[in-house]
Amino acid sequence: MNAILSLIAVIVLVLIALLGVKTANLHFLFGIAVPYTAIAVFLIGVISRVLKWGRSPVPFCIPTTCGQQKSLPWIKQSKLDNPSTTSGVIGRMLLEVLLFRSLFSNTTFELRKGPKLAYGSTRWLWLGGLAFHWSFFIVLIRHLRLFTEPVPSCLNKLEVLDGFLQIGAPGLLISGVVLLLAVTYLFLRRVFIPEVRYISLAADYFPLFLILSIALSGIIMRYFTKVDIVGVKALTMGLVSFNAAIPEGISVVFYIHLFLVSALLAYIPFSKIMHLGGVLLSPTRNMPNNSRMERHINPWNYPVHVHTYEEYENDFREKMKQAGIPVEKE
Amino acid sequence: MSKTPKPDELSKVDYTPPKTGWMDTPAELKQGMWCYGSKPKNLETLEFPNPRQWSPADEDWKLPENWQETLLNGLKERLDKYRSFKVFMDICVRCGACADKCHFFIGSGDPKNMPVLRAELLRSVYRGNFTTAGKILGKLAGARKLTYSVLKEWWYYFFQCTECRRCSVFCPYGIDTAEITMMARELLNLLGLNTDWISGPAANCYMKGNHLGLEPHTIVGNLEYMLDDIETITGIKIKPSFNRKGAEILFVTPSGDLFADPGTYTAMGYLMLFHELGLDYTWSTYASEGGNFGFFTSNELAKRLNSKIYAEAKRLGVKWILGGECGHMWRVLNQYMDTWNGPADFLQMPKSPITGTIFENAKSTKMVHIAEFTADLIKHGKLKLDPKRNDHLKVTFHDSCNTARGMGIFEEPRYIIKNVCNHFYEMDEHTIREKTFCCGSGSGLNASENMELRMRGGLPRANAVKDVVEKYGVNMLANICAIDRAALPAIMDYWVPGTAVTGVHELVANALVMTGEKERTTNLRGEPLSGMEGKE
Ligand code: SF4
Ligand code: SF4
Repeated sequence: MNAILSLIAVIVLVLIALLGVKTANLHFLFGIAVPYTAIAVFLIGVISRVLKWGRSPVPFCIPTTCGQQKSLPWIKQSKLDNPSTTSGVIGRMLLEVLLFRSLFSNTTFELRKGPKLAYGSTRWLWLGGLAFHWSFFIVLIRHLRLFTEPVPSCLNKLEVLDGFLQIGAPGLLISGVVLLLAVTYLFLRRVFIPEVRYISLAADYFPLFLILSIALSGIIMRYFTKVDIVGVKALTMGLVSFNAAIPEGISVVFYIHLFLVSALLAYIPFSKIMHLGGVLLSPTRNMPNNSRMERHINPWNYPVHVHTYEEYENDFREKMKQAGIPVEKE
Repeated sequence: MSKTPKPDELSKVDYTPPKTGWMDTPAELKQGMWCYGSKPKNLETLEFPNPRQWSPADEDWKLPENWQETLLNGLKERLDKYRSFKVFMDICVRCGACADKCHFFIGSGDPKNMPVLRAELLRSVYRGNFTTAGKILGKLAGARKLTYSVLKEWWYYFFQCTECRRCSVFCPYGIDTAEITMMARELLNLLGLNTDWISGPAANCYMKGNHLGLEPHTIVGNLEYMLDDIETITGIKIKPSFNRKGAEILFVTPSGDLFADPGTYTAMGYLMLFHELGLDYTWSTYASEGGNFGFFTSNELAKRLNSKIYAEAKRLGVKWILGGECGHMWRVLNQYMDTWNGPADFLQMPKSPITGTIFENAKSTKMVHIAEFTADLIKHGKLKLDPKRNDHLKVTFHDSCNTARGMGIFEEPRYIIKNVCNHFYEMDEHTIREKTFCCGSGSGLNASENMELRMRGGLPRANAVKDVVEKYGVNMLANICAIDRAALPAIMDYWVPGTAVTGVHELVANALVMTGEKERTTNLRGEPLSGMEGKE
């Protein structure tokens, strides 16, 4: 149900762009106004969201410790999984953000007869997630060629690398294929793994469909309809130089692609996609386990009502004396 | 009390989620899965709101008129106070990596025991009340209203989480459902919704210094029993001191060690070790609890209970503090104590008087874990040990969740065990160290009325033990946690009968060759030592 609704939402978006450009001829709206608005929403949204998180303090030092603590000199500390210094934390975060280290150690279990629980490693989610994020990132970087003049040589090199299989003309780019496969995998696991299906909300399917259709429209443009790339570049360069105009003759697929991208951008600050910013702010991962070495300060720590020793002794003085326990007041 | 099903029945777990979506499946509060509600007198002692007689089985939980407002205001307040909470409310992508990591899910198959869904119970209300998308799109955006049945569901499932943090290890963002559970429990406490197995010990601790409510003379009395036993076994008469000013070290351990087997054997272990070292230390009857059941109610109460340790160290004028074997006690001491009640600038940098080792890693809190202390002694050859005395034992080690995932103390206890026992075997690598499984009774769930829940939660741990029992003939489960020592015996009896439970310092004491001791024929439990059968 959630999946179908999300699919419908994405189809509606496609239709809006299609009709808007094809029938209503709103090229200016879809080519210039919407992208600008989306970027503004994205930037303001993301920044304010991060600031909002940042405003809440981190009152306690609560890293999740996944390895040996720093203790006696002859005991080997696990510096990355249980860091006690900033460099350890940076290492931990880098491995987490770039390589999804926690997902790498994921396990499955099985309840066999006996009862016997068996555990094993599973790397599918890790692989799928990694493929998805990295290919998405490379596709994104590749698009920079539309926003730069002259195109930096590193972008050209990346494209050569990406197309190393040299299939077809225009050359097949691996990142696009991987992205498509990875999104499909992420979608299928939501549908086929019962537990994951059970927890999935519309907000989980929607971005997947959106990204899938963005990728598809991109692929259609590149390999099938042969969009007027000169026109597209003129438009995108116009957008970055704040001097936008609508060139003639760009096919409607491009406008659909652009509209979907705009929708995604504008959607990010309100959605779970914000995890890309949130992961950096997660106190269980970005803190060193040094709270016995360095005092961590809680900005809102306040005095509390305690039961003092004096009150305690008043309650038990006679019993303490009888048991031979020293007291303050006889 | 409900009858706990037999193991073969309980182990038939069905993992298929229900046909209806989770928001449309209201929680059914099953007997055996919850603990009794707090008694009014305990809430009164703690000055907590809404003290009244109530039971979770009642239709009406006797809530104050404006309970929704109270909860939502409390939620807002906590979002502003804790970045962890705020970020964790927003960034879960429901990838499901944590879904099958919770011992309660593995043992019950109830999808609301998947950490992600447990957190969604609260997140959905957060979305419905604090996010634009949730307010507009409602259920589509995963949002819902805070109704009476949602409240009951919160209570039921947030007291089915042992705050063990296993889920956090596997989450790509480190989302810690324990943190969310802690917030949810704080919120529930605003309405007087706690369990009596938590508020009772907390009230005891507040008034009497420890969870069990042992009064000063009882503490002394209990220890005296142990001293008599030690004398019978070793021929050595030990005289510890209590509340002694000017001692070098204050020793704090969970009160469970003073009260019931097998914790008492661990306490005897401490007594014997310290005596043999001639340590200048004292027990305190005022700060007679290292554990902190306040931690299972609210940050504020946890701080109130914890304050006694530093206060007592200051009053007695000790140099530093040594802490016994306990799980959540050490999570609190490691991550919270100094922040709440420090700076401990009236203490000195902890230094072992025996080896001269300076405990750099405790330079701010001034509190050392006994496993660190003992490992250092052994490394420096300061103890005369005869591991053969433990030869009848095949030992495995259970990392307790708190020391594992809230501290990272893995090698020290293992090093000790390997030096005092000849037969040590690790459990499956997926069930130890940071991946360790909870005993299923932590965070205040170790009552008797929720036995089914505990046995379900204990299944993964017990099953990993069973594996080494079958493979290597393991017969002893060692640990460094008082709750483990209280909870695991029942879980072993149920799932792996014949496996006993011990603290690490009981093993140390059995192997410890003490100056002037008579020939030992039994271990601390009064069982004949291997090779000594029939010599008594
Ligand atoms: S692993 Fe983390 S992000 Fe994934 S579902 Fe669990 S809490 Fe959410
Ligand atoms: S903290 Fe532990 S008990 Fe709680 S949800 Fe996570 S794995 Fe389960």
